[in-house]
Amino acid sequence: MIGRIVILGRRGCEVLEALGRAGQFLAQSAVGVPSREGWYLWLRQVHFVGVLSLAIVLVSGLFIGMVLALQGYTLLVDFGAEQALGQMVALSLLRELSPVVAALLFAGRAGSALTAEIGLMKATEQLTSMEMIGVDPLRRIVAPRLWAGFVALPVLTIGFSVVGIYGGYLVGVEWLGVFEGSYWSNMQSSVDFIGDVGNGMVKSLVFALVVTWIAVFQGYDLVPTSEGISRATTRTVVYSSLAVLGLDFVLTALMFGGFS
Amino acid sequence: MFDNFFDGRLEMTDSPFVVVEGLHFARGEKDIFRGVELQIPRGKITAILGPSGTGKTTLLKLIGGQLVPDAGRVTIEGEDVHALSRKALFRLRRRMGMLFQSGALFSDLSVFENVAFPLRVHTDLPEAMIRDVVLMKLEAVGLRGARELMPSELSGGMARRVALARAIALDPELILYDEPFVGQDPISKGVLVQLIKRLNDALGLTAIVVSHDIKETLSIADYVYVISDGRVMAHGTPDSLDVDEDPRVSQFVHGEPDGPVPFHYPASDFFSDILNMEKRP
Repeated sequence: MIGRIVILGRRGCEVLEALGRAGQFLAQSAVGVPSREGWYLWLRQVHFVGVLSLAIVLVSGLFIGMVLALQGYTLLVDFGAEQALGQMVALSLLRELSPVVAALLFAGRAGSALTAEIGLMKATEQLTSMEMIGVDPLRRIVAPRLWAGFVALPVLTIGFSVVGIYGGYLVGVEWLGVFEGSYWSNMQSSVDFIGDVGNGMVKSLVFALVVTWIAVFQGYDLVPTSEGISRATTRTVVYSSLAVLGLDFVLTALMFGGFS
Repeated sequence: MFDNFFDGRLEMTDSPFVVVEGLHFARGEKDIFRGVELQIPRGKITAILGPSGTGKTTLLKLIGGQLVPDAGRVTIEGEDVHALSRKALFRLRRRMGMLFQSGALFSDLSVFENVAFPLRVHTDLPEAMIRDVVLMKLEAVGLRGARELMPSELSGGMARRVALARAIALDPELILYDEPFVGQDPISKGVLVQLIKRLNDALGLTAIVVSHDIKETLSIADYVYVISDGRVMAHGTPDSLDVDEDPRVSQFVHGEPDGPVPFHYPASDFFSDILNMEKRP
């Protein structure tokens, strides 16, 4: 019994210690004005984590919008309310599905790659040699990636929503024959810019910070062996997915739960 | 006033470049260093020898300020490495070069850009000047023709030479070599030995070579420390170590398989281990 308590306590200490390291890591790498070269490094990372994730995010958005319209139609048509399809698709996407699914895809596509890349740099002593050259890898390697992820994911989320709404239009209007005017006008009248679009973007910003932070920290903090890299990559995807889903509940409760 | 000035300077040039005092370092439960004392003379090649696993690379990382000792001090020209702020430490590191065992080239940059990297981040030199300096450094290691290649296209020996060119790009005063000869074919070994010696002669660098390749290292070292069991076991010039009568030193220097350093990892009796069927594996 005592042994178990000891183990529990030790685990707790380890978790707190890791959180402390991660916090210190975030503070040291995120702060600071980027130099002219810093902008260039940042732009390259935006291309890597953002532009190259466009395909998977947009294709997923299209399908999710199409599925939403199909499912929504079969449900709404029973009540003769298929005119509200546009509103349903747009609200589900903007409030929930876009931020969450885009963040999950981002964790799988870009987060794991960030972890593996930084981890491999650590394993091949590139980070150490950079330190010995007198360049802080937190500034040079980690900071551009962190900021790139922070900017890229919200933009990807917007793309996801736009394409998803178009997917809903394709299925609902073009295929199932919902009146086009009601699809768009119902959407326009029911979606609130601050309440729905704005809150969705806030969610996306929070997810972007958390996912990128987890990814770069796991890469920087891993045991520099091939096994360590594979474990850290897995951890990135698992932790970020859980964090995104958990935080989504908290944020939804705060934004739409009527507590305010 | 001038007397004092010259006295001070004279003393400075005589004093060792790097001093390690009472260094203790443990990793987890395992003690790696238990009171290491070293004095690295200025402008000379100092070799640190020792069997694998004695923490020679760790020692370089302690000197470079990447690890923090549990006790003891490392001073470089009077500056306590581990008492410096992060910023001051990075400034100090610009005066050091380090050659890593793996080369540690930046895999997303070409050979040219790898060597240019320290110049680009630490100087405001115009592009034409950077080009000249990089080509000079690459010429010194014989790889001017390979400037366009990526690190993945280089052989192990070439990668290490490029890393050497990068390490000397800023003309450091101190250069740390981590196992420079490991895993090299005889030709590249010979090339590296020549290069290290030539760089030291030509630029007056203070060099620390950590290695277990006795023959190559002793051929270029001015002074040698032998480390084992977390302590300095012996030190002296290469000639004096060659005739050292301490059985541990002589076993290591002459490469005898068994001696005070046992061939076998500690284990129970061989026969009882073989016959003991229950305790597998």
